[in-house]
Amino acid sequence: MPVALETVVLEKHFGGLAAVNGVSLAIEKGARHALIGPNGAGKTTVINLLTGVLQPSSGRILLAGHDITALESHKRVRLGLARTFQINQLFLDFTPLETIGLAISERMGTGAQWWRLPGSKPVLTEELVELLERFHLTDVMFERTGNLAYGKQRLLEIALAIACRPHVLLLDEPAAGVPEDERHEILATVAALPADVTVLLIEHDMDIVFSFADRISVLVNGALFTEGAPEEVGRDPRVKAVYLGESLNA
Amino acid sequence: MPRAGSGSSVASPLVEKVTHYLQTHARWGVLEYVFWLAAVATIFVLPGRHLILTEIAWLGLFALSLDLILGYAGIISLGHAAFFGVGSYVAALLAKHAIVNEPVLALVVSGLAAAVLGFATSFLVLRGSDLARLMVTLGVALIMREIANQIPEITGGADGLQGVIMGPILGMFGFDIFGHVGYVYCLGVLFILFLIARRIVHSPFGLSLRAVKGNSLRSALVGISVNSRLIAVYTLAAFYAGVAGALLAQTTAFASLDVFSFERSADLLLVLIIGGTGYLYGGLIGAVIFKLMQDWIASLTPQYWQFWIGLVLVVIVLIGRERIGLATGFVRGLAGRLFRRMAPGVKPVTVAEGH
Repeated sequence: MPVALETVVLEKHFGGLAAVNGVSLAIEKGARHALIGPNGAGKTTVINLLTGVLQPSSGRILLAGHDITALESHKRVRLGLARTFQINQLFLDFTPLETIGLAISERMGTGAQWWRLPGSKPVLTEELVELLERFHLTDVMFERTGNLAYGKQRLLEIALAIACRPHVLLLDEPAAGVPEDERHEILATVAALPADVTVLLIEHDMDIVFSFADRISVLVNGALFTEGAPEEVGRDPRVKAVYLGESLNA
Repeated sequence: MPRAGSGSSVASPLVEKVTHYLQTHARWGVLEYVFWLAAVATIFVLPGRHLILTEIAWLGLFALSLDLILGYAGIISLGHAAFFGVGSYVAALLAKHAIVNEPVLALVVSGLAAAVLGFATSFLVLRGSDLARLMVTLGVALIMREIANQIPEITGGADGLQGVIMGPILGMFGFDIFGHVGYVYCLGVLFILFLIARRIVHSPFGLSLRAVKGNSLRSALVGISVNSRLIAVYTLAAFYAGVAGALLAQTTAFASLDVFSFERSADLLLVLIIGGTGYLYGGLIGAVIFKLMQDWIASLTPQYWQFWIGLVLVVIVLIGRERIGLATGFVRGLAGRLFRRMAPGVKPVTVAEGH
């Protein structure tokens, strides 16, 4: 399988601390790849480096073979790399309708048009409605995002990334903070993603990880600890020790 | 081969509903018509007040310009007079040296000159905190003022640029001493530029500006080129400010260093805060209130004008919110309800809801 996203000896130092320490990761096209590890292992930092929110201290990032290490965030998105945030990063004053419309409009390259009125492109409107329906947001589409229930905001967070039509999607704990009975709604939308979309998932909930992932990488103290198929990683006593160690310390 | 387009397929009710919403939510509210009809009515009803109304018109345009960057893109400025001043001097120089005799054309040239400065200095406001932006914009205005001061052979220095003779508008309507023509001219320019601004803020570009203002991190991560949008709106706002300055120069046939003054930039922020940011009418309403209040208080107690305006500012901020953009939550909430939602997604904020 071709590699969709790759990092080569990626490093990020904050002062003297190596938050990400020589991570070389290859994610195959169409993979459902999970990145797990105890708190503070550097998982979110890796996502921030991949999406250009942070610049690496050294190392390279390749998207479908192209070096994107120096590319600005918005250009990476246009190349098909989208993400969600562990803590919602939404436009609180926007309605879900505007939020998704914005992302679709930017993807179609019409976001800078300053004379056209919204709603004049039927293709855009149809996709907009389709996405709102898929993410169960039609009943709140005219409401202010900041006033929505947390579960709905979480759905919007993911819908916003999907609206970018990514080739590679980075999900940072998509179900974080969502009550148990609302989780299935979010996980179902994630599971229903097209097979050719490559997904990198950061997740703490091992049930979600093992039901979703076909490959798992374990990050400990900023370095890649081990990688393998779910059953291998699940059996690995060292991984258990890492997690047990964390829960004992906690 | 007939094309199987959207025309043949039946759109779902939801698609129709959303399309209808998107196409109609930017329609004019009743009070918007009332506002502009009232403005036009002043031409006939208040002929004796055309001089102060002229000042209100260009100040309103100037404040509208600031609203474009502050209300829609979140860029705060204490040096917007830099662009106003450039527009002012360029308009006065064009007329004085008979380079462009026709005022409307000169107005456009003046606006473009200010836009060039806006584009050149936009790179300074892309990054940094609000404080950094305040300082940088303030600095640019101070620099512009000093440059104008140091080239008296061109600008007239501290004496100002005198001997400006304005040609007739469109070659037909000469400026009269009572300011009637000047007022109709300013109001017309304000209305046209308002219409353009209104169209722009409702466009996809306008939506992306509000996105950048709301969350620039996420904006970049949905593919918005944050910097290029900010550069574009800053340049546009500079054009508007330049036109406002040119209107002042053309209607008074004079330009002086005080077009660049710090007080002008600071007053402008005040005007916009009085009226409220982010719905375009804030600058216009603020200009009306500010000028009338200034006129009224100055006629009562000329020496205490600064005291009263200071008090009003403190009260507005205390009653409103700690955030400057929402400082006039009350006015905005009221106006927002009255004007329907002119800036979609910008929810009118009521004072009671504050934290």
